[in-house]
Amino acid sequence: MEKKMIALGFEGSANKIGVGVVTLDGTILSNPRHTYITPPGQGFLPRETAQHHLQHVLPLVKSALKEAQITSDDIDCLCYTKGPGMGAPLQVSAIVVRVLSLLWKKPIVAVNHCVAHIEMGRIVTGAVDPVVLYVSGGNTQVIAYSEGRYRIFGETIDIAVGNCLDRFARVLTLSNDPSPGYNIEQLAKKGEKFIDLPYVVKGMDVSFSGILSYIEATAEEKLKNNECSPADLCYSLQETLFAMLVEITERAMAHCDSKDVLIVGGVGCNERLQEMMRVMCSERGGRLFATDDRYCIDNGAMIAYTGLLAYAHGSTTPLEESTFTQRFRTDEVHAIWREEQESGDSSGLADVGK
Amino acid sequence: MEIDSKTGSENDALILVKQGAEARVFESVFAGKRSIIKERFSKKYRHPSLDSKLTLKRLNAEARCMTKARRLSVSTPVLYAVDPVLHTLIFEYVEGASVKDVLLGFGSNGVVQERLADIATQIGDAIGKLHDGGLVHGDLTTSNMLIRDGTNKLVLIDFGLSFTSTLPEDKAVDLYVLERALVSMHSSCGNVMDLILAAYKKSSRQWCSTMNKLAQVRLRGRKRTMVG
Repeated sequence: MEKKMIALGFEGSANKIGVGVVTLDGTILSNPRHTYITPPGQGFLPRETAQHHLQHVLPLVKSALKEAQITSDDIDCLCYTKGPGMGAPLQVSAIVVRVLSLLWKKPIVAVNHCVAHIEMGRIVTGAVDPVVLYVSGGNTQVIAYSEGRYRIFGETIDIAVGNCLDRFARVLTLSNDPSPGYNIEQLAKKGEKFIDLPYVVKGMDVSFSGILSYIEATAEEKLKNNECSPADLCYSLQETLFAMLVEITERAMAHCDSKDVLIVGGVGCNERLQEMMRVMCSERGGRLFATDDRYCIDNGAMIAYTGLLAYAHGSTTPLEESTFTQRFRTDEVHAIWREEQESGDSSGLADVGK
Repeated sequence: MEIDSKTGSENDALILVKQGAEARVFESVFAGKRSIIKERFSKKYRHPSLDSKLTLKRLNAEARCMTKARRLSVSTPVLYAVDPVLHTLIFEYVEGASVKDVLLGFGSNGVVQERLADIATQIGDAIGKLHDGGLVHGDLTTSNMLIRDGTNKLVLIDFGLSFTSTLPEDKAVDLYVLERALVSMHSSCGNVMDLILAAYKKSSRQWCSTMNKLAQVRLRGRKRTMVG
């Protein structure tokens, strides 16, 4: 029997450290992760987050290998997040991968975090060529594939949508466990009153920082005077932010004549966002592809899978180039694996899984 | 209501031309003239009060900005009627291809430099006039520009995201949207944006501050690789 290619992937660009074992057909053999959770009212800082990752990375590697029932000999390549993300946490996976590469004599593949989200979403949902909305704590982009690259059609010009939600959760001192966004979503379900907030779409781009300042000030005033409840504020914030996201996604769909939408990234777990997007898609006769928290939220398997795609098409990263960077745009990556699919090879490698 | 009876009773005269992201566009006849009916529909995914606020705001803005553009001697379709209840605009039917189709044609059949330069000059000139008059289009893509048959004159359409502003920031973002639309759709036509900007500089008296701002806006996307 032919041996399947196996990759070990490391993700540590934000407050989660994850290690995943994946085969080329997209089967996840193991995918443990650990999240750095800060007290309510506080965000995570680079130094402490890196410390957390250092503590947990090696036990995670061991449990990942054990759960997948493989040894280091079975691995074909080691994949890690090169960027974008926070510098100090990124450094942890980059260093671990270098050490393991020398120790086990395995090649390294550097992976773009955003592209990994897209590829994981595609293999899990079976979406072929969707318009992608990538929404998380650090990123907000509307992406479509064209001529060898994932092109950014619209994005935020200041803070990410998840950052806006997280920071508002801090104002209300909501718990950061399991995530501030999740707690906002739960509280928003109890909201009844819609409070008018700024709505900022600039061209194909969106802006959230002004909305955040506005609602921070409004919250203080209105809560003091008992004019509304924290639930009303969460509800109104979600409705406004998500309407902006659905609008720019729809415009990207109209621009590239695409019918399907894939939502990826941590905020993609939000069921209200998925519901709004589903309504928009059905009005256009399209389909919505979304995943749950196992794949939406940062994990090692998505890095392993994307790295393995590149590796299977002959791309590796030499040890001396295995660096990390805080700035790494989605459209800088040459998606070699998609080109072969596009050029009529319908049995393309990524299609095998679904 | 007159418009109501028209759209209602002469249903057979309504031909759906395009289903856009925010509106349905029909072809019809208004007072004996071939015309376009643009109906904004409510977006069911949005909260009802947010939706009605945005729909009405954009309908009014579109009607006002279309007529203002004409006063600034930029060609747009002639506005015949506005119906705030049905969220409908009725305006002139312009015969001609969109700049998008013309440029895509260049992409597949080879570029006719003279024609391309003429179109780019007209685009730059028109945007310059709008901006100097304090009008920002808000959605400058090649599908929102038509070339009128016969005269070959540029006509700007879809003022649904237009607003009035004299800030260099708003004008620069307006140009940046166009630049990105050109790069993503028409990279095979060469650098059309340079031609457009050259014409823009001639047409707009305040080009200097806008171009400085444009340079800043270009650097704005997040997570760009920066050296130094």
